[in-house]
Amino acid sequence: MTINPDWYLGLSVVLFAIGALGVLIRRNVLVMFMCVELMLNAANLTFVTFARTLHDIGGQVLVFFVLVVAAAEVVVGLGIVVAIFRRRANATADDLHLMKG
Amino acid sequence: MTGVLGAVITAATTTVTTQHSWVDVGTFAVAAAIVLAGAIGVVAARNPVHSALMLVMTLFGIAVLFVLQRASFLAAVQVIVYAGAIVVLFLFVIMFLGVDREENIAAEPLRGQRPLAIGLVALGTTGLLLLGQVAHWTTGAPHVAGTDVGEPNVNLLGKSVYTTYLFPFEATAALLIIAVVGAVALARRPPVATNPVDEVDAVDDPAIGDTSGGTPDAAPVTDVPAVPHPSDADAHEEARP
Repeated sequence: MTINPDWYLGLSVVLFAIGALGVLIRRNVLVMFMCVELMLNAANLTFVTFARTLHDIGGQVLVFFVLVVAAAEVVVGLGIVVAIFRRRANATADDLHLMKG
Repeated sequence: MTGVLGAVITAATTTVTTQHSWVDVGTFAVAAAIVLAGAIGVVAARNPVHSALMLVMTLFGIAVLFVLQRASFLAAVQVIVYAGAIVVLFLFVIMFLGVDREENIAAEPLRGQRPLAIGLVALGTTGLLLLGQVAHWTTGAPHVAGTDVGEPNVNLLGKSVYTTYLFPFEATAALLIIAVVGAVALARRPPVATNPVDEVDAVDDPAIGDTSGGTPDAAPVTDVPAVPHPSDADAHEEARP
C-alpha cells in the first residue's frame, strides 16, 4: 500500500501507448495481435490498480473476464490468420485488401 | 511447477505485507522496467518469435505488479493463461506458418504513417498523463462489488464470480464455445470438390452405384459439374455403334 496508484496508472498509460503504436506501425498481423495483447494488459493493470485503490473486488473480476475474452479473441484471430496464410503466403496487413471497394 | 509458483506468490505477498516501503518501490521499479522493456521489444523486434518472447517478459512483469497489488490469483492466472497458453498459441502459429524470419521493418509502405502514428500516440499519452495530474482518478464509492480485504484473494474472487457476476460468468462459457466453433470452422478446409474427376469416377463405379439404390447413370450424376470426363466420352463412343 505504499506505492502511489498514480505510478501504476502512468505505467499502464505508457504500456497502452506502446501497444497502440505497435498496432499502428507494424505490418505483420501476428505482431499486431501481440500489441493488442499489450493494450489489454495495460487495461488489466488499470483495473487491478483501481480495485486496490477502491478496495473493490469488482476490478479483479473484470480482469478475469478480460482474460477469457482475450483468449477467445486470440483463438479466433489466429484462426483467421491461418486461413489467410493458407490462401496467400507472406501476408502482411497491407496485402489484406480483398474487401476494398 | 505449481509448488514453485505458489512459493513465489507467497514470498511476494509476505514482502508486501511487511510494509517495507523500499521493497515495494524497488519491486515496482524492476517490474515496470521489465514491462516497458518487453513492450518495446514486442514492437521493435524484427523476428515475430522474438516479439512473442518479449511478450512473455511483459506478461511476467504484469504478473509481478498484480502480486504487488494483492491480486495473487490473477497473477497466477496471468502466468498460466497468458504466458502459458496464449503465447504458446502465438508461437505455434508462427512456427506453423513458417513466418519466423526477419522482417524488414525499415520499409514504410505508407508515407508519413509512422510520424503520424507516433504523433497521435504521443498526443494521447500526454493528454492522459496530464489528465492524471489534474483529475481525481478515484472518486467512486468504494466497496461497490464487495471488499477486497479480509479474506484470501481467491475466496473473495470466487464469491464475487459465483454470486454477483454469475450471469457474465456463464456468458463467458458460451463465448468460449463460440470461439472454439469459430476456430474449427476457420481451420477446416473448404468442402468444395477440389477434384471433380474423382467424383465422376466414384459415381461411375458400378459397386457404388448399386449401393446408392437408384439408377446408376441418371440420379447421382446430376450434381457433377458439366465437365465431361474423358473416360465418359470414351464409354459413349464405344457404346454408340
